[in-house]
Amino acid sequence: MNCIVCVASVPDTASVIKVGADGKGIDEAGIKWIVSPFDEYALEEALQLTEAKGGEVTVVTYGPAHAEAALRDCLARGAHQAVHVLGGEATLGDSLTIAKVLAAVLKDREFDIVLCGIQGVGTDCSQVGQMLAVLLDLPSVAIVTKLEVGDGSLTAEREVEGAKEIVESPLPAVVSCQKGLNEPRYAALKGIMAAKKKPVEKIEVASLGIEEGADPFYRVESFTLPPEKAAGTIIQGADDPSAAAAELVKLLREEAKAI
Amino acid sequence: MAGILVFVEQRDGEVRKASLQALSEAKRQGGAGGTVTAVLPGSGVGDIATGLSAWGADKVLVADDPNLLRYSAEGYAEVVAKAVETAQPSAIFFAGTAMGRDLAPRVAAQLGVGAIPDAVALTLDGDSFNVRRPVYSSKAFAEANTAGKTPQVISLRPNVFAAEETGGSAEVVAIDGLSLSIRALVKELVVVAGEELDVAEADIIVSGGRGINGPENFALIRELADALDGAVGASRAAVDAGWIDHSHQVGQTGKVVSPSLYIACGISGAIQHLAGMNSSKIIVAINKDPDAPIFKIADYGVVGDLFDVIPPMVAAIKAL
Repeated sequence: MNCIVCVASVPDTASVIKVGADGKGIDEAGIKWIVSPFDEYALEEALQLTEAKGGEVTVVTYGPAHAEAALRDCLARGAHQAVHVLGGEATLGDSLTIAKVLAAVLKDREFDIVLCGIQGVGTDCSQVGQMLAVLLDLPSVAIVTKLEVGDGSLTAEREVEGAKEIVESPLPAVVSCQKGLNEPRYAALKGIMAAKKKPVEKIEVASLGIEEGADPFYRVESFTLPPEKAAGTIIQGADDPSAAAAELVKLLREEAKAI
Repeated sequence: MAGILVFVEQRDGEVRKASLQALSEAKRQGGAGGTVTAVLPGSGVGDIATGLSAWGADKVLVADDPNLLRYSAEGYAEVVAKAVETAQPSAIFFAGTAMGRDLAPRVAAQLGVGAIPDAVALTLDGDSFNVRRPVYSSKAFAEANTAGKTPQVISLRPNVFAAEETGGSAEVVAIDGLSLSIRALVKELVVVAGEELDVAEADIIVSGGRGINGPENFALIRELADALDGAVGASRAAVDAGWIDHSHQVGQTGKVVSPSLYIACGISGAIQHLAGMNSSKIIVAINKDPDAPIFKIADYGVVGDLFDVIPPMVAAIKAL
């Protein structure tokens, strides 16, 4: 069971977002980069699959220099191999170009399953897995919260509004992983030390025949922060909670017209 | 190429509200200078096809096939691709539901174009849309387009655009000649009992956090939600404690929501949670701690113990 795990290096979810100098993206000063949290579920699932069935986990990322730390983190948790396609700053949020880069890396490799997170935290597009599947002519299942991999096929639970879809698919397939699928492990010190010695294969994006920014499918014209909210109406309810509750309901009804 | 093709999603013969919102928005946008065409895959869906005209469709393309009874990304994408051949639209709208957001990137990749998810505002510039969408879980907004590529594949965030019943009639045309070579197929749809209303679709959400102290107290949150016909949400702290299923989680690693009313109970307001709900129209916070960050973005707040405040709130709402 050889698994490919596609990961993205993204700003820590606790980051305060500021607008960068070009007005089209974030100010990266002081940003701590992490493995996108949804990708951690993909990695954990791949590690469990190879522990149960043998085979190797190869993590692939397409990103600038800081993305190597994400790969090292995955290696420290137990991934066997890592591939770093250098670039990605000009194509941030351009899901189809990202999928093309990943497809170019994967087309000549042997694998049984491709796992990724449902979305890269930040650009929040939730598209690369499905696009990659189309480019590799594979089936895909997204928003997966439970996965059983059998001989040449998989059964997955997919989270939809108020329900679960039970999906069956042949392998290989692309699976986009959602929180709830598993509990990602932390890297142990031994793993962290071992990861420092594992090689990371470096690929220049141009060598894949893709010229970044030459033929974009997504273009950001402006990037802004939401307007500051005015101070709200705060009711002190410690002494007489019933009166506070009644006042709140009255305000919601008559002033906010929300109920 | 002109006009807007709108993918219409139905579950067991009922059209999703978010699809009606997408249809109505396509109509409001004047069909981008052309007609509004709905595409409806399913099995036994002929009856609902005619009703779509009332929500803005000028024409309805129906793929009625037993193999389309349950969702498959590949089968449904083939239907949309056929509809694109027929309608030659300049834009394709999807509702940003679990299905729409799975299908849109597939259709886009098949057509060799990009896709823009999660639109909250659309501006027509000539015959091409500029799309406003939240990024970094609504910590910021991007104004984006498809860099001249058409058709533009766009998914619309549910509950942002109004569904408007305007009347009218539509021509209904069957799509045939489908090969439907489907590999990944939904075998079964398991509806979670009593939780038909998902936070992503709800107009009112009542959420519980660490302050509710335990899983049994979600009953109180649910009582308030039920009184308002709303859905139950949760903070990451409550989900990670195992008190409620992840499908309820609102925030950066949960769902990003923008209901008309969001009531946060016992939620202090970590930046990741605020990011997931700060675009709600009216935000209410109920918390013991007057310094909780949630009060900074609340339109209305009650500083008090949620166990003392919620029961009289439920009574007051029921008395309305």
